[in-house]
Order: sequence, then C-alpha cells, then structure tokens
Amino acid sequence: MTTNRTIVIAWLYGTKMNIYGDRGNVLALAQRARWRGIGADVREIGLGEPIPVDTDIFFFGGGQDQAQIAVSKDLAGAKGEAIRTAVEDGAALLSVCGGYQLLGHEYRPHDAEPLAGIGLFDVDSQAGPERFIGNVVIDSDWGPLVGFENHSGLTFLGAGARPMGKVRVGRGNNGRDGTEGVVYKYAIGCYLHGSLLPKNPVLTDWLLEAALRRRYGDDTLAPLASGIEEAAHASAVSRAFATR
Amino acid sequence: MSKTISLSNVRLMASVASAKATAAGIRRLGRGGGTSAPGLVAERIDPAMLGKLTARLPAGAIVVAGTNGKTTTSRMIADILSASGLRVVHNRSGSNLVRGVVSAFAAQASLGGNPGGDIAVIETDEAAFPEVVRLVQPRVVLLNNLFRDQLDRYGELDTIARKWKASLASLGPDATVIFNADDPGLTAVAQDVSANKVAFGMNAVEHTLGSLPHAADAAVCFACGTDLAYKALYVSHLGNWYCPACGQSRPILDVAGSEVELEGVQSLVLTIDRGGESDRYAVGVPGLYNAYNTLAAVAATRHVGVSQATVQTALVQFRSAFGRIERVVYRDRHLTLALVKNPVGFNEVLRMLTSGTGELTVPTLIAINDLYADGRDVSWLWDVDFEVLASGGSILATTGLRGPDMANRLKYAGIHESRILALPPDIERGLDEFVEQIPEGEQGYILPTYTAMLDIRKILTDRGAVESFWEQ
Repeated sequence: MTTNRTIVIAWLYGTKMNIYGDRGNVLALAQRARWRGIGADVREIGLGEPIPVDTDIFFFGGGQDQAQIAVSKDLAGAKGEAIRTAVEDGAALLSVCGGYQLLGHEYRPHDAEPLAGIGLFDVDSQAGPERFIGNVVIDSDWGPLVGFENHSGLTFLGAGARPMGKVRVGRGNNGRDGTEGVVYKYAIGCYLHGSLLPKNPVLTDWLLEAALRRRYGDDTLAPLASGIEEAAHASAVSRAFATR
Repeated sequence: MSKTISLSNVRLMASVASAKATAAGIRRLGRGGGTSAPGLVAERIDPAMLGKLTARLPAGAIVVAGTNGKTTTSRMIADILSASGLRVVHNRSGSNLVRGVVSAFAAQASLGGNPGGDIAVIETDEAAFPEVVRLVQPRVVLLNNLFRDQLDRYGELDTIARKWKASLASLGPDATVIFNADDPGLTAVAQDVSANKVAFGMNAVEHTLGSLPHAADAAVCFACGTDLAYKALYVSHLGNWYCPACGQSRPILDVAGSEVELEGVQSLVLTIDRGGESDRYAVGVPGLYNAYNTLAAVAATRHVGVSQATVQTALVQFRSAFGRIERVVYRDRHLTLALVKNPVGFNEVLRMLTSGTGELTVPTLIAINDLYADGRDVSWLWDVDFEVLASGGSILATTGLRGPDMANRLKYAGIHESRILALPPDIERGLDEFVEQIPEGEQGYILPTYTAMLDIRKILTDRGAVESFWEQ
C-alpha cells in the first residue's frame, strides 16, 4: 500500500453555491480520507479562479438563481474545459442540484435567457411547473441511497446517458421517467441534498477510490467503523418511507 | 353611537364570536392553546376582520419580521408598551402565520368588534409578511434580519427579499420602517421605500468574528454585485459592511448599540445611542443575538414615544419566550433549554454556550425533528459550525426523529465518538436517558428544534416541571 497519499478536493464556488448544507459532502470526503491517514487538501475555487491541475475530486453544489447566472458565465471557456478534461481522464466528481444542471448542456428558465452548461453530462434541464420537495430513496449500483430533493428544475437524460438510480421514494430527475441523477465515468450529477455523502458512505468511498486509483494506482481504503453513518442512513430511509 | 349596525360590522362580530367559540372549544378538549384554528374560522366568516380591527387601534400597529429573534423582539416590545400603560394586542404565543395573527386579535376583541387594545404588536412569519402588511397597514414595520432558514418551506432568500421589497413599497409616508442596517440584504430591501426609515446596528468590535461563518449567505453589494467586506462582523453576515468596489456602505445608524457585556446564559447589558442620548440597558436574556433584539425593541418603542426610563425598567424584568432560552429544575438537575431552528441561530446558541472557556463544559442533548414546523429537510445541520465543540470533553447526546443524522453530523465535525451518545429517537426516552447522565445538582443543556421543544416542554409540564406556555 502506498503511504503518504494525499488528494486534492476542488470545491467549486464554495461561497456562492452552498445552499442546503451541501458542504457536508466536502466534509465527508475529507474526513473519510483523513481518518485513513490520507491527506485531504480542500481548495475553494471562486469566480475567476482557475481549476487546480492536480484536482482529484470535484464538488459542485447548488446556489440561488443570481449566483447561478454568474457561475454559468464563469464556467464558459477554459474553466469548463479543464473540468471536462479531468473527468475524461478519470477524476471523480459530485454535483448536486444547480451544479448538476450547469454540468449538463443547458438550463432553460421560465422567463429568462437559457444558462449554458459545460456539456459534461448528456442531460438538459428546464424550469418546471412545480417544486419537488421531500425525502428521496433510490436504488442504485451502490445499493439504496437516501437524500432530500428541493428543485423546480426538470432534468432529462440524453439517449446514451446512464442514470444514477431508480426512484423508490420522491420525484427524481423530472418526476416522469423514474430516474434520478446521472453517472458518467467517475462523475455524478444528482438532486440529492441531505447532505448526501455523510449518510451514504459507500458512495463517498467510491469517489475516494476513484481518485486514489487515478493518482496512485492504489485504491486500497482501510475499513472504517461506520455504525453512526449506517444508523443515519437507516433512519433517513425510514423517514422517507414514513413521509412519502 | 348610531343604532344601525352595518353589514360589515355584523360580519366582523360574527367572525370574532366564532373564533372565540372555537378557541374555547379547543381548550375544553384539552388540545392545547388553540392558537391557529380560531383564526381559520374567523377568516372564513370575515376575511377583512384583521384590517377592520387594526384600523380601530388608536395607536396603530407594529409589525415585526425577520428570520431570527422576531418572537423575542415582539415580546420585548409588547412588555415595554404594557409598562408604559398601553393596552397591547399581541400574538404572544408566537403563532405568526396570518391565521395565528387573526386568532390573537379575535381572542382580545370584544364581541362588538372593538379591538380591545390601544396598540398592536404583530409578529409575522417571513412568508406571511406581505399579506399581514397588506391587511394591517402598520404604523411601524420592524425588520430584524434575513437569514437562510428551512428552504423547503420558505424558498430561497432572494425570493423573500424581493417580496418584502414589493410589500414595503405599498407603505405611505406616515409609516416608518425600522431596519437592521448591519444586514446588507435588509438595507437593500429598505432602500427605496417612501416611508420614514430608521437604521439600527451594532458598534461592538469586541465581539467581532474572524471570518464569515459557513451558514452565512455570501453578501454581495446590491448596487454593483461585488462581494462585500466588513470592518467588523458580528453575527452571520451582520456587521459594519462596505463594498470595496463601489463604496456603498452601512447607512449611518440612527440607533446604535455598543459596549455589549454578555453574562453567560443569563443576561446582557449594552449601551444604546439614539438622537444624541446614550443610555445603558440591562436585559434578562443572554447572547449577542439578543443584544440585536434589544436594540430593535428599543428603536421601535422609543420611536412610538415610550420614555427611556420605562424601557429600561421593562427590559430588566424581561424573560425570554417559551423554550427559546429557559431554565428548568427537573429531578434536581438544572436544565437550560434553547430553541434551535436554523444555522445562524444554532451557531449563536453554540457561541453562547461555549463563551467563557471556549469549550462546552456541560452535558448537552440535541433533539432534532423533521416535522413540517421544523423543516422536513435536515441538510441545514451541515451548515452549523459544530466544529467549535471538538475540543471539549462533555458528552453530546442526540434524540428526535432525526437524532441519528445529528449524531452523524457531530462525528464529521471531528467530535470524538466516545463523546457522542446516540440516544433513542423517541424524545421521552431520549430525555430520560440524558437526564440520567447528569449528576444530581448539576447542569445540562437541551437544544431542540421547534416540535422537539414542544414535546420536551409537554413532558416536563406533565411531570410538573414547567407551566403550559400558552398560560404565560
């Protein structure tokens, strides 16, 4: 096993795209690395700041409408290109809600200009007529995952896009086709807040493994006691079924 | 008085009477204080009831809004006004949706449609604010702050700010908007009103924060969109702000607080400068956030003409609203209850509990529910800076429907697992097991969300430790 491993986590627009407690995802990635003796270097990347070339994992959360306009403009050009290149090369990425939408082709609001995305994911999003608010449980390759959705945007997958999972409780991407989120290589887009990663540690570890494999060719992760995480997962799932 | 009674009056009288009957019925059934259903009944019979009653108040109405502190602030205002000899109509139970306000008015009004008071203090929910302002046409609007809160219920902050701004535009030049100028968002909301404006804020550099907390929404300049900077930052994004790009800055303060002395979980003292006078006020509530509430209450009550001496006397006797900060002796343990409902409020409670040593030194129970009134989404727990608790040694117990999420949050805040006590989600069991952890004669802190607080109060009430809140 390689010793002295360190990963770089780029938190995209941490101060602007940080509603709904999504920073828990960054905490989960950093803590589960550190608890295993792996260094975690978290860097917030703001408007106008370049993507670090050594990024291993990206996190991109949701923001308010105004912030998303500024971010959409900031991502056009070199910055979006840098994210696409890294993901093509196997970098890990988690995006939620507004971040997810801006990594697709575009987002079309009701009564304003469309916001351009960077086209990393083969998805299109548009403003919908109602707001989907509530607990979500999906079946996925990682087993059942649980989170909380709060979005009026509807996202539709392109022909070749692979969903993150199938909705068991909640509305998901668009409330129609039963899908939630998208997966491309080691990049994920979804509508799951909660925060998502702290109570779905299997997904956190999948992202960490991908990052370690790409950088070190060694994705061994020492086992961690996860009783508290599992209890949080179980209780969130049971609340989801109770409040559906 | 004319003997003819207009149809409008008949409807008003019927509406008041049925609301009173509903409230009495609910109380007879033992279903609590009946703070909402009577309003629903009254609204059905006469939707204009609230406006008709407030129009008959000789000294008008004060509407209090803001994410945090509105219950405490409106109670301070009501106590001060009562101390000045006015009869006050107030939705004191904290039921602050339109129908809660209507219920409170119906309870106090006479069957003939007299409002039963001289002046009204109306606490309103963020979402209900525009409707309350439209119905009531207040003499004073007091805006405390605007923080991120339960996005599943209120939506995004930008949306609320936009609605408030539109609502304030309807106020005439006789009205006064008293606003927290330390909040750049509220300053923008109040920017173009044609009503009078009174700006209040803090000059308390001794309590300045090192950096913007995670819970704070990054404040941008309303004129040019640049990220704001602060000469001093006090609570969340509240402080002495300025725009490094275009030079916008906090307005000149009409009412300014300074020299804030915080005395643990007990009380505080501060100096308030207003109109060339400088006075010292002592209040029976703790924490910097309550210094803001005090400042707001002093600004509002002095504005409507209450003497400085009366304000001082009333504030010394003031105690906080149910559950917000409350001290209870139960089974020989000294419990302090503090309501937590959003990241900013929770951060300020943690700041208060760790003031002095910088660590938590008392066993603490955090009770998190996810019912509608709490917010269904517990994501907000990840915006609270629990990391400040990592260095202490006291136990941190969790309970409530989302107690397991809370325990997980504490683990990821770097709190050693040996200190995290995940108790059963059932609050009665959680509370009992927590109390067992406290040695007799010692202290414990309990930090519940709204419905968890109601549960805990009911348990303690049933066991004889506290009185029912609607009797306060």
